[in-house]
Amino acid sequence: MYKIAVVGDQDSVLGFKALGLEVHSVDDVDQARKVVHDLARDNCAIIYLTEQLAAQMQPELDRYKEALTPAIILIPGKEGSLGIGMANVKTAVERAVGADVL
Amino acid sequence: MPSATINPTRMELTRLKGRLKTAQRGHKLLKDKRDELMKQFMDVIRENRAVRKRVEEGLMQAHASFTVAAALMSPEMLEQALLCPKQSVELDMSFQNIMSVNVPKYQFQTKSGEQGDIYPYGFAATSGELDDAVAALSKVFQDMLHLAEIEKTSQLLAEEIEKTRRRVNALEYVKIPEMQANIKYITMKLDENERANTIRLMKVKDIILKEAIQERREENAWNAEAWAAQSEDSEPV
Repeated sequence: MYKIAVVGDQDSVLGFKALGLEVHSVDDVDQARKVVHDLARDNCAIIYLTEQLAAQMQPELDRYKEALTPAIILIPGKEGSLGIGMANVKTAVERAVGADVL
Repeated sequence: MPSATINPTRMELTRLKGRLKTAQRGHKLLKDKRDELMKQFMDVIRENRAVRKRVEEGLMQAHASFTVAAALMSPEMLEQALLCPKQSVELDMSFQNIMSVNVPKYQFQTKSGEQGDIYPYGFAATSGELDDAVAALSKVFQDMLHLAEIEKTSQLLAEEIEKTRRRVNALEYVKIPEMQANIKYITMKLDENERANTIRLMKVKDIILKEAIQERREENAWNAEAWAAQSEDSEPV
């Protein structure tokens, strides 16, 4: 059985608790790094991470990008979308095709 | 430009020809793999963009409602309201093989106490905006799971395509031309050796012939001399 976790600041992630997801509210990036590493080791299949945190932990994201689990999916936090999630989709296209074709 | 370490022997030539054949076959197969991966990837990435857009919009809406709810309620109340969720999610993961790339497939089951009731709190002490927020979240949740699956798939596919493309290019522009140059070099060298050998044999034949002629001449001369001496001896008789 795999887990689904949500990592982000308190206000952005609290609502997910109602859906029955595992919610980890963190205060800063260092804490987020630790939580993500712990979750990855702890049989977690999907980690939803707010873009506000993701912006400052690119090396961690790259590390798990090539692994099968966990899938780290960026979601907009309460301050709004930073466009990183969409940018990542674009990067994937550029990596595969060599140019942005969409 | 053939490398300096190559041995111009027949054995090496046979080996290289075999390798070239394998490389060309591999190149063709990898190219096919790349094309098929690309086809799959384009489908996935289009869907990925659409789903991501939908999820981000849905989440923004949920966040807006949630922010209002947080403003109307005290933080403690809010936390207490959401403290023990009614719904729980169970996730199962299996793998799907797309052109030898393993991509995850998620199956999930939501368990809730009563049908359609996801609100883990009483309505009396909470604001209506919280209900909106939770409803919006649960609506977008299906898409979020789908997004997780499809985004991971697209990442893994992108990585595999990049790898395959590099391999195809390395074979096409480096390995195969290098082997062809080496084969050409060995063939030329072997032909050159062959010619050198023929010329050497011809030269040797010339030398041997010359010696034979010389020998015959000397013999003839000796014979002639002997005959002359003999006839001189017998003449006075």
